[in-house]
Amino acid sequence: MKGLLRYIVTRIALTIPMVFVLLTIVFVVLRVMPGDPVSAFLGGHAPQSVIDQKKEELGLNKPIYVQYVNYLGQIARFNLGNSMVLDQTVWSAIRDKLPATIELTLFGMFFTLLIGVPLGAFAARNRRSPADFGIRIFGNVAYCIPVYWMGLMLQLVFAVWLHWFPVAGRTGARVVISTFSTTGFYVLDAIIHGNIPILLDVLDHLFLPSITLGIVLSGVFIRLTRANMLDTLKADFILAAHARGVPDRIVTYRHGLKNAFVPILTMLGLQFAILLSGAILTETTFSWPGMGRLLVERIYLRDYPVVQGVIVIFAIMVSVISLIVDLLYALIDPRVKY
Amino acid sequence: MAQPILEVKNLFIDYPISIGTVRAVRDVSFTLYKGDVLGLVGESGCGKSTLGLSLLRLLRPPGKVSGGSIEYEGRDVLAFGTEDLRLLRGAQIAMVFQNPLTSLNPLLRIRDHFFETLRVHNAFTTREEAEKRSGDILEQLGIDRKRLHEYPHQLSGGMRQRIMIGLGLILNPEILIADEPTTSLDVIVEAGFVDLLKDLKVQYNISIILISHNLAMVAEIADRIAVMYGGKIAEIGTAEQIFAEPLHPYTRGLIGCVPNIAVTQDHLVSMPGSPPDLVTPPPGCPFADRCPEVMDVCRTNPPPLKEYNPGQQAACWLHEPESVRDALSHGEAPADAGQQV
Amino acid sequence: MSDSKTGTKASPPMPHSRFSPAGAVGMLFRGISKANRTYGVEWWIMIVGIVIVLFVAYCALLPQTIAPFGPNNQNAGPQLSPPSAAHLFGTDNLNRDVFSRVIWGSRTILGVAFAAALVSSLIGIPLGLFSGYVGGAVDRILSLVMDSVYAFPGLILAIAFAAMLGPGVVNITLAVAVIYIPTYFRLVRGQTLQLKQQLYVEAARSIGAKRGTILFRYIFPNIIATVVVVFSLNIADAITTEAALSYIGLGLPAGIPDWGMDLSMGKSFLPSGVWWMITFPGMMIMLLALGFTMLGEGLAEILNPRLLEK
Repeated sequence: MKGLLRYIVTRIALTIPMVFVLLTIVFVVLRVMPGDPVSAFLGGHAPQSVIDQKKEELGLNKPIYVQYVNYLGQIARFNLGNSMVLDQTVWSAIRDKLPATIELTLFGMFFTLLIGVPLGAFAARNRRSPADFGIRIFGNVAYCIPVYWMGLMLQLVFAVWLHWFPVAGRTGARVVISTFSTTGFYVLDAIIHGNIPILLDVLDHLFLPSITLGIVLSGVFIRLTRANMLDTLKADFILAAHARGVPDRIVTYRHGLKNAFVPILTMLGLQFAILLSGAILTETTFSWPGMGRLLVERIYLRDYPVVQGVIVIFAIMVSVISLIVDLLYALIDPRVKY
Repeated sequence: MAQPILEVKNLFIDYPISIGTVRAVRDVSFTLYKGDVLGLVGESGCGKSTLGLSLLRLLRPPGKVSGGSIEYEGRDVLAFGTEDLRLLRGAQIAMVFQNPLTSLNPLLRIRDHFFETLRVHNAFTTREEAEKRSGDILEQLGIDRKRLHEYPHQLSGGMRQRIMIGLGLILNPEILIADEPTTSLDVIVEAGFVDLLKDLKVQYNISIILISHNLAMVAEIADRIAVMYGGKIAEIGTAEQIFAEPLHPYTRGLIGCVPNIAVTQDHLVSMPGSPPDLVTPPPGCPFADRCPEVMDVCRTNPPPLKEYNPGQQAACWLHEPESVRDALSHGEAPADAGQQV
Repeated sequence: MSDSKTGTKASPPMPHSRFSPAGAVGMLFRGISKANRTYGVEWWIMIVGIVIVLFVAYCALLPQTIAPFGPNNQNAGPQLSPPSAAHLFGTDNLNRDVFSRVIWGSRTILGVAFAAALVSSLIGIPLGLFSGYVGGAVDRILSLVMDSVYAFPGLILAIAFAAMLGPGVVNITLAVAVIYIPTYFRLVRGQTLQLKQQLYVEAARSIGAKRGTILFRYIFPNIIATVVVVFSLNIADAITTEAALSYIGLGLPAGIPDWGMDLSMGKSFLPSGVWWMITFPGMMIMLLALGFTMLGEGLAEILNPRLLEK
């Protein structure tokens, strides 16, 4: 157990540089770009004195490196700063939206695996059959479909034409969120409170956005699963299992897929970044109140502290997922030592 | 009287690939007798491993058997349905492979391997039974039963090979096929392995097909030896016959290749040349290009596999009467000319 | 004897003149069937990809030859009318012909995607070469930066950059280009590292001057093949990214026809059942991305031919 803890700590320590690098990049570009965020914010005709005053207020008149160091210090104390536009801290702006994005991304991931892995395994098992080619074509095409377009198409067919699912939003109009939401994860909340109608409503709203993500990203996983399975199925222990009279289906799934799954898991961690990107676009399509929408909104409002804060949070999220995947990997594969 | 338990008749195995069809095994016939150890010897690419895999129909596509039969206790394995084949594997005929490092699933414990093997043949096996039986077999093979709880990567190569044997024997099969079992092990472990096989033969009265390119190792344990070359059987006979009186020049060459530690040698004996191209095999004897005693007829007509001594067969024109050879050289076709393959 | 002038098929193996149409057709057929046999399905995939790309490139270069109206012509037809004979893809809320907008928009998207890929490669490749060759602290720092950017969701970074840089074609191109630099960097750095290993062994045995030639003679063939494939796949990705940026609204000024922006506009009319404003631009984005993907993948298969089964 001690080894595991040390492993976790080491991995966390390794993720810090990445967050740091991204932070720096965004910070630098923001400050170095032509155009003055403050005057843009105040409107083109504000008198210089007002602009200067605002700048002093926000600490933007100090030299860049001083600002940078201040910001880093702030971050180290877990303070993301204050919004430049609205009267709130950056964190409070983000806090409500974060669970929405995470929920969407998780469900998207779920569908991606649900669609991608079995199809990939099936294609591998029936190599060169029409089903194999069909599945591969589907995978390739799916990946090229812009996720927002897929969202729009699904919205069109299933929400507007067929009325099977709601068009947008996270919950129905009549649900008062504050009454039941404690964690911000509506599915979790509904389960905790044992409220079935709300649970169904929330799932209803989750379905189209998640499956949009699921379908588009399944392409990558179909290809990956298929390739890994094909490689794994060439292994000696597969032949040995067949030689012992183990039925083909058990060999494929218990021996083959289980071993192939490990690299798939790693890829999931890497694909999380793509899932996040897709989630943001999907949020726009389905008016989902998440971080993606927040980002776009605040960009319009030129609320740069919030923009910075969102980037930082995203960077942390990606690192955390990467860490979790590594840990799962260590737990599943007995050969990994910690 | 020795009872045949496995009879291979006129077996042909092909691998159709993009550059042509590789004729890996051509018209091979042999018999395995109950309680015997049959050694299948030859150099890399001669078709022995392919032959071994085909006995349990484990050939990887695109390889396929294109002719002949494999009769186990009178029934043709090639005609078995999926379920019969599955029940045959492991329980009646078991196979052990070359590389023990990769023959075990790295994500499963040893006991899981055993449990699965037992379960798929008898659904009513309980975990306790399985644990007991596997532990027993491991001890017989000289491994501590505590090892059952470990993962394959925690064991040494020699131990893993023994576990493979254990998995092969746990269902008490009639036949064990060992495909290059010691190739990836060091010589000391190899020697221990040979002793192990000898013990097993006595204990279980099991028939063994031992496939190897190492003639010396096979000689220690085999009752009969079949020598393969270029996809065909060059010679087959008892171990004594093969060593005392080898009929085929290739066999003689192989025996000569084995260095003798007791005798001072200036250089290692080897056979010049390389194996034949199996996509367009030569029309005559496959060994013709490298044979020190080659004749004209060897290049044009494949020699038939005939018995020249009781229990010893060879495919070589040297032992056929001159009249037959001359007739063939002049293009006539006497009664028992070999089939063009 | 066949008369090539009348166009009859030449029955002897060699046509009279190498330039006879019959002979050319025969050679074409033989060439195609040989390629098909050698490379199989992958070859055809690449051909389809090339066809798609060429078609869109044509639309981009000479849109006026296909599009019946200008992209900003607000008098093209009735408002919000569904596809018809006169307007293949229907009209939008500003009475513009969607089909024409789609054709004209190809110029924007292809231009931006291609330029972005070019910029990315022109920055990423030299940096990768440099970093791999020099090694040491410089390499480690550069790698850290590149890996961080690579691991981060590209789109988010592109959004941030696009927002900060402001609207405009050049800015969008830069925003999209930035996120792909690490791809080329990593690719080239990896190859360079590999080659460095080989070169140190070579250097031990050869004269100093030879190293440069070996570097040149070995790097280019190996790297070029991979770079070309990555470039094609890069463009495919850049296409979707650029459209995504416009979709969010961070893209280009209103006058420039852009598929992503059309999607964004069409979105508002979706609940009222207006499906044609989004279906066709979206389909084109997918088609073009698919085209470049097929091209890239087909190339990859052909440049690394696998003789036996896959």
